[in-house]
Amino acid sequence: MPDDAPATARAEEEAIIVIDNLSFSYDGGRTAALRGVTLEIQAGLTTAFIGPSGCGKSTLLRCLNRMNDLVEKAAITSGQIRIMGHDIHDPKVDVIELRKQVGMIFQKYNPFPKSIYDNVAYGPRVQGVRDKAKLAHLVEDSLRKAALWDEVRDRLDQSALSLSGGQQQRLCIARTIAVKPKIILMDEPCSALDPIATARIEELIAELQEEFTIVIVTHNMQQAARVSDQTAFFNMGELVECGETARIFGNPSVKQTEDYISGRFG
Amino acid sequence: MRGRWRSADKLLTLGFSIGTYFLLFCVGAIFGKIVMEGAPVLLRSEAPYVNTNFFSKSPMTLHEFKDEEGRLLRLDHDEYRQYRKNNPGAVLLEERSISHAGGGILGPLVGTAMLVVLCMGMALVLGISTAIYMVEFARGGRLLSTLRLAIMNLAGVPSIVFGLFGFAFFCLSPVFPVLTTEPDWDRSILTLPVWPGGGYLSFQGWGSSLLAGGATLAIMVLPIMVAACEEALKAVPRGVREASLALGASRWTCVRTAVLPQAAPGMLTASVLGVTRVAGETAPILFTAAVLSRATLPWENLEGSGLFWVSNLLTQKVEALPYHIYIISGQPGGEAIDHMRYGSVLLFLILVIGLAMVSVILRSRHRKDSH
Ligand SMILES: Nc1ncnc2c1ncn2[C@@H]1O[C@H](COP(=O)(O)OP(=O)(O)OP(=O)(O)O)[C@@H](O)[C@H]1O
Ligand SMILES: [Mg+2]
Repeated sequence: MPDDAPATARAEEEAIIVIDNLSFSYDGGRTAALRGVTLEIQAGLTTAFIGPSGCGKSTLLRCLNRMNDLVEKAAITSGQIRIMGHDIHDPKVDVIELRKQVGMIFQKYNPFPKSIYDNVAYGPRVQGVRDKAKLAHLVEDSLRKAALWDEVRDRLDQSALSLSGGQQQRLCIARTIAVKPKIILMDEPCSALDPIATARIEELIAELQEEFTIVIVTHNMQQAARVSDQTAFFNMGELVECGETARIFGNPSVKQTEDYISGRFG
Repeated sequence: MRGRWRSADKLLTLGFSIGTYFLLFCVGAIFGKIVMEGAPVLLRSEAPYVNTNFFSKSPMTLHEFKDEEGRLLRLDHDEYRQYRKNNPGAVLLEERSISHAGGGILGPLVGTAMLVVLCMGMALVLGISTAIYMVEFARGGRLLSTLRLAIMNLAGVPSIVFGLFGFAFFCLSPVFPVLTTEPDWDRSILTLPVWPGGGYLSFQGWGSSLLAGGATLAIMVLPIMVAACEEALKAVPRGVREASLALGASRWTCVRTAVLPQAAPGMLTASVLGVTRVAGETAPILFTAAVLSRATLPWENLEGSGLFWVSNLLTQKVEALPYHIYIISGQPGGEAIDHMRYGSVLLFLILVIGLAMVSVILRSRHRKDSH
C-alpha cells in the first residue's frame, strides 16, 4: 500500500507539488505579491508556511488550487507550479479536476447554510453522485475521518450553522475529505477558534497526515512546530528558508528566520 | 458681525423648516383628502365592514335619477335593471347615466394583479439571468460597462416610450406566437398546425394582451430588477463561492447550488419593490394591454382547453386599475362619479404602499438574517 510507505521512500520521486521560480501579482504585474518562489512539497508530508502578515503565504496557497483565478487582474507573472506532474496553468488542465485533487480549508470556517448532511454531500453531489446509499456512506466516512461523527450523528439534518465554530471548521474539513483530494490546503484553520477547538483540529490534522499531503499556513509557531514535517518561512513575497521543521526551529540558517521564530519581528 | 451671522442663520433655519412643514402639509392634504373621501366608499359601518359591492363587481354604468317622490337614486346598471323590473310603470325624473361610475373595482383589480404577476415572472427571469451574467461571469471590460450603461439609460426612458415600444414589439411584431384555433392569416408569418385538436401555433404577435402588457412592464422594471439582483448576488460572501469552487464545482454549479439559494430572498423582496413601481403605470399598458371595460373576468367564458385555454387567457385585453383611474378622472360626471374616483385611488394607494411595505420589511428582515 503506497499510503503506508514511509514518506522518505517516496521522496525520491518527483515531489507532489513543485513550485518553480513563481512570481505573482494582484495588479497585472505592477507590484509583486510573490517573487521567485521555488519550493518542493513531498507527498505525504505536512508543510507549514510561516511568515509575517502580508508576506504572501495565503497568496501562494491559493495559487496551488488556482483560487486566485477569481481575483480580477491577479495572475502569475513568471514561473510555474506542477502538481502531480502537471503544470496547473496548462490550458489542458481542467481547473475543476485540479480542485478535486487539491482541497482547501479556509481561515473563516464557511459551511453552506444547509444541513450538516448536505454540506458533506455537496462535493460528491457536484460530481454527480446521486446514489443515496453511496452518499450516506461517504458522508459518514468523511465525518468519522473529521472526528465529528459522534457529535453530529443524531442531527445530520440540522443546519450546519447550529454547530460551534470548531465543529463548523471540522465540518468544512469533512466536506473537503468527501471529495477525496490528495492534497489539503489549510489557511490558518484555527485562527478563528478557541484553544480547545484548536487542539482538536490539531489532533485531527495529525490523523489526516496519514492519508493526505497537507499544506498549512499558520501564525502560531508552536502549531507549526507541532503539526508539520517541513516549514517554509516567507518574508515580503520571497521564500527565505525552507527545511525540516526541527531544523528550522532549532537551527535556522538565516538570521531573519531566527528573529521571526523567536518573536523579534513579524 | 457675529450677531448678523446669527440672525441670518436663524432666518435660514426658519426658511428651511417652513419648507419642510409645507411638504408635510402637502402630503397630509393629499392623503387626508383621499382617505376622507375614499374610506366611506371602501368601508361600511356594520359587518362585514367593507363595501362588498365595490369589491365584487366590475365597473359599469351608473344611473342617476329622481323617483316619483323626489328621492335621488344612484343605481349601477344591474340594480337599475332590477329597479325597472320591480317598478314597471315608474316615472324617472332628471335621469342621466354616467359610464364607469357604477359597480365596483373587481375587473381592474384582477387585471392589474394578473399583469403584475406576469411582469414579475418575466422580469425575474430576465433580471436574474442578466445579473448572474454580469456579476458571476462577465470579466469586467468594455462589454460589462456598456451593458451597465444601457441598463441605466433604460431607467431614464419615459414610460410612454416603453408603451409604444411594447406595442410595436410585443403586440405587432410577428415573432411572438399564440396558440389559437383562428389564426390571423394576414398578420401571421408562420402558422403551424398543432396536433391533436386542430389548432395552430401562429406567429402573429401577441396583440394587445396580458402577455404584451406584462412583457412591456417587465422591460420597464428591468433596470431596478437587475440592480437589485446584482446587489443580492454581491451580498453573498466570497467565502461561499470559494467553498463551492474549492470542492470542485464549476462556475455555474457554484452559482446554482451555493450562490443563488442565498441570494434568492434578497432578489425576491427587491423585485417586489420594483414591481410596485411599475404596477401603477398607465402609459406602458395603454396600448399593450388595457381595455376600457369588459363584461367578464379574464377567465370567464373562455374557449379552448389546456394550453389553448392558457393562450386564450393570456392574449386578452384586461381592465387595469391605473387605466381605470385615468379614465374616470378625465370623465365628466361630477359628484356622481367621485365615489368611484376616491374609492379606486384609495384602494390603489393601499395596495401599492402595502406591497412596498411588505418588501421593505422583508428586506430588512433578510438583511438582519444575513449578518
Ligand atoms: N485579493 C487581493 N487583491 C489585491 N492584493 C491582495 C489581495 N490579497 C492579498 N493581497 C496583497 O498581497 C500581499 C500578500 O497577501 P497575503 O494574503 O498572501 O498575505 P499573508 O501572508 O497570507 O498574510 P496574513 O498572514 O495576514 O494572512 C499583501 O500585500 C496583500 O495586500
Ligand atoms: Mg493569509
